[in-house]
Amino acid sequence: MNSILSPLVLSQWQFGLTTIYHFLFVPLTIGMATITAVFQSAWVRTSKPKYLQLTRFFGKLFLINFAMGVVTGIVQEFQFGMNWSTYSRFVGDVFGAPLAIEGLLAFFLEATFIGLWIFGWDKLPKKVHLATIWLTAAGSILSAYFIIAANAFMQHPVGYVLNATRGRAELTDIWAVLTNKVALAAFPHTIVGAFMVSAALVICVAAWHLARKRNVETMKPALKFGLWTMVGSGILSVFTGDQLGLVMESTQPMKMAAAEALYHTASGADASFSIFTLGTPDGVSELFSIRIPYLLSFLSTHTLNGTVQGINELQAQYTALYGPGNYSPIIWVTYWAFRWMIGLGLLAAIIAVVGLWFTRKGRDPKRWMYRIAIWAFPLPLAAMIVGWIFTEMGRQPWIVFSLLKTSAAVSPNITGLEVLISIVAFTLVYGALAVVEFRLMKRTAQAGPDAITPADENADRASDPVTVY
Amino acid sequence: MFLPTLWFWIVGFLFIGYFVLDGFDFGVGMSLPFLGRDETDRRVMINSIGPVWDLNETWLIVAGACLFAAFPEWYATLFSGFYLPLLLILLALIVRGVSFEYRHHRPESRWKKWFDGMIIAGSALPALLWGVAFANIVEGVPLDSHHNFTGTVFDLLNPYALLGGVTTLMLFFTHGVVYLTLKTDGDLRVRARALALRSGTVTIVVAAAFLLWTNADHGTVLSWVFATVAALALVGSYMANLRWRERTAFWLMAVTIATAVGSLFLGLYPNVMPASNDVANSLTVVNASSTPYTLTVMSWVAVVMLPLVLGYQIWTYWMLRKRITRESIPQPVPTLVD
Repeated sequence: MNSILSPLVLSQWQFGLTTIYHFLFVPLTIGMATITAVFQSAWVRTSKPKYLQLTRFFGKLFLINFAMGVVTGIVQEFQFGMNWSTYSRFVGDVFGAPLAIEGLLAFFLEATFIGLWIFGWDKLPKKVHLATIWLTAAGSILSAYFIIAANAFMQHPVGYVLNATRGRAELTDIWAVLTNKVALAAFPHTIVGAFMVSAALVICVAAWHLARKRNVETMKPALKFGLWTMVGSGILSVFTGDQLGLVMESTQPMKMAAAEALYHTASGADASFSIFTLGTPDGVSELFSIRIPYLLSFLSTHTLNGTVQGINELQAQYTALYGPGNYSPIIWVTYWAFRWMIGLGLLAAIIAVVGLWFTRKGRDPKRWMYRIAIWAFPLPLAAMIVGWIFTEMGRQPWIVFSLLKTSAAVSPNITGLEVLISIVAFTLVYGALAVVEFRLMKRTAQAGPDAITPADENADRASDPVTVY
Repeated sequence: MFLPTLWFWIVGFLFIGYFVLDGFDFGVGMSLPFLGRDETDRRVMINSIGPVWDLNETWLIVAGACLFAAFPEWYATLFSGFYLPLLLILLALIVRGVSFEYRHHRPESRWKKWFDGMIIAGSALPALLWGVAFANIVEGVPLDSHHNFTGTVFDLLNPYALLGGVTTLMLFFTHGVVYLTLKTDGDLRVRARALALRSGTVTIVVAAAFLLWTNADHGTVLSWVFATVAALALVGSYMANLRWRERTAFWLMAVTIATAVGSLFLGLYPNVMPASNDVANSLTVVNASSTPYTLTVMSWVAVVMLPLVLGYQIWTYWMLRKRITRESIPQPVPTLVD
């Protein structure tokens, strides 16, 4: 088979591209739905027009994103069957259930109430209308849980039995699947990450306006809100990430070893964490590094004298268990993705802490500080994306850890040409839409909140249908 | 046998729900060039489905997920086998969905024209391809002993399947136009009714031919009954339209689509993916389904969630029941200034 047109390699690239692209919109949807709901709650409680302005303004930015999140999400669901039919046959009995529950429980909720929220202004009683945005937010957060539970099965399969005759994994305990310890640890880490991403958007937009002394009335509280949300979720991100690390060491030690590029089992001070490494290009020997002793042991086991297994030892173990083969992921990817995730996330949180200091008691920061706040926008989003790259590529060569390899999971009957056509098509359409989306977001963000006319403020249930589009 | 059969019908119900609901979205999108004489008309049309297209499309996502969970083999064979048609459907749904949201963000007519074009194409393509796909499922496709599709995309473009495609295209078109007679007022409503009558005659001919062909090859007593109900409802809808009974016309179109799709599922059962080359390779509700445990779990979820979902969706439609008129469209005020 021609390797350039290998359906396997192309399908991997396609899954990576479409999933990362989808994920550009997911955290913003989750976080912005909640943030919009918070602003609207503030308005309903206090009746202050600035909160209504913020609700509508950030709601508009939320919706531009939401549409992209919805339509790129369908691709995700179809792709398992289209490109990974062997995988689908193998895991469907287990993996399909959380997806179906996600649809019935979360997607319907989200999709129905978002429509009511958009078109329900002035039509629904104030509190019912407020409930629709909270239900939308609840739907998006719930959907995150179920999809992470499905993903957790791929990282750490539980609640199943292997049926050798059918050649598939079969569900024996749905509760075990839904309370997989990987899901319980990954879900909060992902949600606080989504809040960091959304806080970064609020900070960025507010800073842009404040730097130009525009819409100060609304943007000053928005900036404060964004900074506090960033700091709060940044702190939570450290704790949830720490928990996830512990779970990872116990369920996928190879991934932890790959995160540190730890070739040999080490304990205590030797189980050090390197912040930066320069090595020979093949990654076998190290030329220079900055290391913190004990830290890897602490991250993996919460003790200073713990033992962390190395790649070589695990490779030997897995060869004995699963037969000959290479059981380590691409080390330079996992090593650097892990560091970039932590570094970018920490940087965003630190900027927010500094921002809180310089805006304390209503102070105005300097213009260049606003510039930093504006340009810091992509940091948490990039951190989340490299975090997921680490999670998924760190699982390789497995598609379902210990049960099925990625190389055996691709649809046997699709041709390289078909996958190539779909990659090109997705790239062109997604690329064009990204440009449109970015420009629209920028334009809408820079236009600022609309003024509130008195009619908006105390509108009762108008009899006319509302038109938005 | 009971659980797989139950889930065959739950999946069938979800697809029927999807076609009945997103069907009129497709119809409204496709009729933009016929009924949208000016920008206000077009905005009335788009706003008539604005609040609901997303929830309607979600029926597809849920149908797909339930197909995956209840019949992994069916899902795997169908989705990998129909790779390129599904790719086209995905791309069409993507551009259609974002166009609803993006279109209204800028006032320039060039901008709006672009998104109108994408709405039209993004509605027509899936309306056609869903019929092609379902006709092929009922008709059967070549499968190997591992249930993998062995044909090519050209095998899927056979005359029967193309007739199926034209049937769903016409059914959804008329459904959407009838929906507009129900949801709009004034001149647009009058023109929509006239268009529904014209497209209705074509739809009756095409749908009758397709249902006859289907049932001649795969008919059971029940599928014939469903096909007959579909035909009667379609003609009834046309008559109701003649008499300006828009609500009746719309509901009868919904019945037509539901029973026509139901007739396909009845003709399919107990197969889910018949092999055209060798019956032994066919996928049936039995050899394609998940374990009884998984189906039991899913049944409980469906029993609890489906009534709830139907409840709040009906409430949503009830809240949005008013007709949209040209007067409901606020005339553009330049709000976005650079």
